[in-house]
Amino acid sequence: MGGSLGKPIILVAIIYLLLKFVVPNIPGSAPLPSSLIFLYLMLTTSGIVIFATLSGESKDAFWGPIQRFMTGENIGGLQMLRYGVLILFPLLVGWQTYSSTAPSDQPPAENRTIHPAPPGEYTGLSNPVAKTPDNIMQGKGFYAAFCSPCHGGQFDGKGPAARGFNPPPANFSDPTTIAMLQESYLFWRIKKGGVGLPIEGMPWKSAMPRWEVELPDEWIWKIIMGEYDGAHQSPRTWE
Amino acid sequence: MRHQGGLIQRVIQTIRGSRGILAGLMVAAGLFALPSFGLAADAAPAVATEYRDIPGIGSRNIVWVIAQLHLLLAGFVLGVPIFAWLCEVVGWKSGEKRYDKLAKEFTKLLTSSYATTALFGGILLFLLIAFYPKLMNYLTDIFFPSFIFYCILFLLETATLYLYWYGWDAMQDGGKKTFHIFLGFLLNLFAFFIMIVPNSWATFQASPVVIAEGTDLQRAWAATWNPTWWPVNIHRLIANVVLGGYICGAYAGIRYLAARNAEERDHYDWMGYVGNFIGVFGLLPLPFAGYWLMREIYQYNQQMGITLMGGFLSWLFILQAMLIGVLFLGSNYYFWLGITHRIPGSEGQYKKPIMAMLVILLLCLGVWMTPHSLVASLEEARKMGGTHHPLLGVFGVMSAKMTVANLMILVTFMSFIMYWRAGKQETATWAKVARAVMGAVLVIAALAVIVLGVWGYFVPAIIRINYFSTSQVLIVLFVMLTITPLTALLLKSARTTTEMVWGRMPPRAGYALVLNAVMVILLMTLMGYARSSSRVHWHIYGVMRDSSQYAFSPALGYAAAFMALNTFLFCMLVAFIFWVATMGDKGKAGYGGGAKGELPHGMPAMAGGSQSLSKLKG
Ligand code: HEC
Repeated sequence: MGGSLGKPIILVAIIYLLLKFVVPNIPGSAPLPSSLIFLYLMLTTSGIVIFATLSGESKDAFWGPIQRFMTGENIGGLQMLRYGVLILFPLLVGWQTYSSTAPSDQPPAENRTIHPAPPGEYTGLSNPVAKTPDNIMQGKGFYAAFCSPCHGGQFDGKGPAARGFNPPPANFSDPTTIAMLQESYLFWRIKKGGVGLPIEGMPWKSAMPRWEVELPDEWIWKIIMGEYDGAHQSPRTWE
Repeated sequence: MRHQGGLIQRVIQTIRGSRGILAGLMVAAGLFALPSFGLAADAAPAVATEYRDIPGIGSRNIVWVIAQLHLLLAGFVLGVPIFAWLCEVVGWKSGEKRYDKLAKEFTKLLTSSYATTALFGGILLFLLIAFYPKLMNYLTDIFFPSFIFYCILFLLETATLYLYWYGWDAMQDGGKKTFHIFLGFLLNLFAFFIMIVPNSWATFQASPVVIAEGTDLQRAWAATWNPTWWPVNIHRLIANVVLGGYICGAYAGIRYLAARNAEERDHYDWMGYVGNFIGVFGLLPLPFAGYWLMREIYQYNQQMGITLMGGFLSWLFILQAMLIGVLFLGSNYYFWLGITHRIPGSEGQYKKPIMAMLVILLLCLGVWMTPHSLVASLEEARKMGGTHHPLLGVFGVMSAKMTVANLMILVTFMSFIMYWRAGKQETATWAKVARAVMGAVLVIAALAVIVLGVWGYFVPAIIRINYFSTSQVLIVLFVMLTITPLTALLLKSARTTTEMVWGRMPPRAGYALVLNAVMVILLMTLMGYARSSSRVHWHIYGVMRDSSQYAFSPALGYAAAFMALNTFLFCMLVAFIFWVATMGDKGKAGYGGGAKGELPHGMPAMAGGSQSLSKLKG
């Protein structure tokens, strides 16, 4: 097999190793799900194919060996290997098909929607509480009392109780959580909690309590203000 | 990004009725453009039936297919005249006859596809009246003035189209040609209105504005000018250009693959180039238009915005990213193939820049395709602490997506510039300076886009949306608007070192063109589904609930099957139209005998002598 096939294979292998072993070890990172690794490897492969087939010569150099191997033209000692591939490949496909359809005790892959759409009656609400330092202070006080055990005193989702939950309590200082949302959205989430999520949000998984019984609306609005202020984020607005 | 009038927003606020929980539905895959919708006025008498169904297949599925096909055909029928007219103008201005021929070739396709589109519109209208009497009654009640307007437009458009097509040869010279060009302009003008009138019906369903008082005209006008009307108009207009361009490319690709002699290969190679160019030309501003549309939707209603962007429809946008990714890669691939094959000896010279562009494109795509919530097994999710990756999760939000979209647009633009300059040597004394300026503009722009993108995470959403994203777009536009004229100036005095040779593209270039067209069609079917299902269980959002048995959103897999089906059916329809329209050509001896002199022949015309063709056979 030609040398021009070696490089792409090495490249794919390197990317795979990077994604599998290096990226997860960056501080603050975590192992990547296989769906994501697969996606990135697909991209790499298509890049290789594109580049290798740009000119006639590079295409021949890339594709030629594969074609020769598959057709068994002048490959001498590799003949056995060719038969092996020709037999093993269909078996591999068969096995893959079998294992993806066979019943198993593994739960299906999870694709929980983190921010599902809120019910219509909440979408038009705006915070009725005046944004005064006093109110913000009060909100932070409520937050410390009710929310910080899970969401953390630093608003980073690392409260003392947080470790027990999957999904973990939201990290409010992360710009991809509450900074993306309108205040009315938070109002809904806090009031109705995990059980109030629609199906795609997997209400059965969330440990977020439903606060409507314990907290009057006004407190919730104050907590929202305190939360944004403490996490140094601001809500999505349109003006 | 501009706001719709505040008044409209207030009207909407007041008419927002109760709204239910997201249960899901998608009905009537859209009331896109329905020619002769005016008939509906006759169906107005009070009908007790609210819905009718065809058991087994389901009324919703039938309407889905027909509406989508109608929309695709309409996109084609509106996109091709833009394309044809542009070509005609280019041919007229530059005096190059082949552009005129190309324009004519495509206008010929128009007449038959125009009839097919109207036919599907008619079918759709009948189906809608039959299946959804209550909804259609309501819409008729509000929109009947625009139905009438629509009918008049149709008469005008039809007359203009006939004049434009049948008068082509008769109006070739002098003042007559000018008049013909004017006819082409009129054709596009009417076509534009024919598009935006039905758009008002469809967008009304998503973002209705209902006023209680006022004359019929006032009510219709208020309903027409709803918050998403203009964003959809602009988005569809651009998308139609893209569709027209890529379908032209695909047609050329297939003819190229089937070409029997050098002359045909030359011609269709060139046509493929023009089609791809126009497709890319439209593709570059398309993400901006899409972004504006999304923003208006989100601002109009948080629930609809989140359903699309973060909720259960957000998976569609991951699919969208993949399709757009293939489209960007495919278009660039075609440009690059053009450089390496049409410009002999340039291969080594351009290998490095191509590699760099490819790597940037792939990195950007990687970011674009990374979802906010990931698909993960239970164990993987536990390790990540949820379905949100702590590190890569930052790629999941708009700031990142906008940034990479802008970068991909820049790269694609540079691909084109590179192609344009290939094989030429700039002789102007200031060429060096110009090149340095262009390089600097490009690098600074790219950096600025990235900086704004990263910074976007640290500012309130409204600042990011109103200022940062807008600035990113303006930066990219600025690059295009400075580099294009500069390059044109440079090339004016440039010496051609290597002549561009047509007809030497390998077969895979033809396949790439076909693939691009299929991607565009798939994209349109995908986004058509997104648009209509974002209304969830409403016929008219917040105003009229869907109470049929189909008031649920189909699973994504089911929907994807329909998208594939619609794409397939549309391709078959287009193939049929092309086949019928070109049947007459077969009789005539060979392709365009008169074109010989006009085509750039850098290559000796040896029939079947190209290595690429013999490879195709092998
Ligand atoms: C028992 C632990 C717990 C407590 C106490 C708790 N939460 Fe949560 N919260 C969670 C978990 C777990 C999630 C993530 C799952 C989800 O989105 O439902 C969450 C999610 C949220 C979200 C959604 C953020 C997003 O980006 O979608 C908000 C807002 C929120 N919590 C606010 C609060 C407030 C305010 C309080 C105090 C009144 C509070 N939570 C108390 C566990 C808790």
